[in-house]
Amino acid sequence: MRVRVLIRPKAGILDAQGQTVERALPALGFDGVRNVHVGRLVELDVEDPARVPQMCERLLANPLIEDYEIQSPHAGAPASP
Amino acid sequence: MNFGIVRFPGSCDETDALLAARLVGDARILWHTDRDLGGIDAVIIPGGFSYGDYLRVGAIARFSPVMEEIETFAGHGGLVLGICNGFQVLCEAGLLPGALLPNTSLRFTCRQVELEVAESRSLWTRACDAGEVLSVPAKHTTGRFWASEPVLDELEEGGQVALRYAPGHNFNGSARDIAAVCNHAGNVMGLMPHPEHAVDLLTGSDDGLPIFQSAARVGA
Repeated sequence: MRVRVLIRPKAGILDAQGQTVERALPALGFDGVRNVHVGRLVELDVEDPARVPQMCERLLANPLIEDYEIQSPHAGAPASP
Repeated sequence: MNFGIVRFPGSCDETDALLAARLVGDARILWHTDRDLGGIDAVIIPGGFSYGDYLRVGAIARFSPVMEEIETFAGHGGLVLGICNGFQVLCEAGLLPGALLPNTSLRFTCRQVELEVAESRSLWTRACDAGEVLSVPAKHTTGRFWASEPVLDELEEGGQVALRYAPGHNFNGSARDIAAVCNHAGNVMGLMPHPEHAVDLLTGSDDGLPIFQSAARVGA
């Protein structure tokens, strides 16, 4: 099964990349943009999607500083755009 | 005193760490797949880009065979020092609290920094006096030490902050100017700046030497 994991910096932790992008957009004429956060996308085919949360906790994310969101057809969330 | 210096694919500062350790004892390289630490007294996890910094700095190295052995070694009170990428690996492994985030500038920065020795439990600063200032180089992109506020309070109250950036030297945005932390027992320490690059006046400073002398003093 195709699964997507979205990993982003936890709320409250300074997201320097997000801030930099947020400052860069108005400079290009894109006004009205706020709360920009930059994270990672991991896509994987797994036999047992029930094990994905464990994979996130142990390797894919650092739960101390990152939140993760698992998207799969199994979870009822869109796995492809 | 026998030091083991870990080499991961992508390490780049292991030779300087080896030479620095040899100024105070014997030292040899440990390969990342080694499962036998060979009776060493102290481990140094050096700087570099272990496993290409893939996924997250230190995230892959943390699960290497040699790290399993080092976790056991540290658990028995063995001396472990993580420098730069080594610090990131130790945080990922949970041997040290907190995490390293990208510098607030998002830039790779290479500069000399002044570090103030704090009064702490760290066995790796035993050859220094509290309040002493060490001038050593730093060079990294992901060196902003972060921990939650309660953890930072615990670290400060429990004597686990070993080094702080001197005023004006916290270029990466580390919480509470923390440059080095140790575990509760004091045998494991991590720092982003590079004491191994400052062991000979030829390169501008030998202020990094006391870090290695500290280990030798404990091991003696």
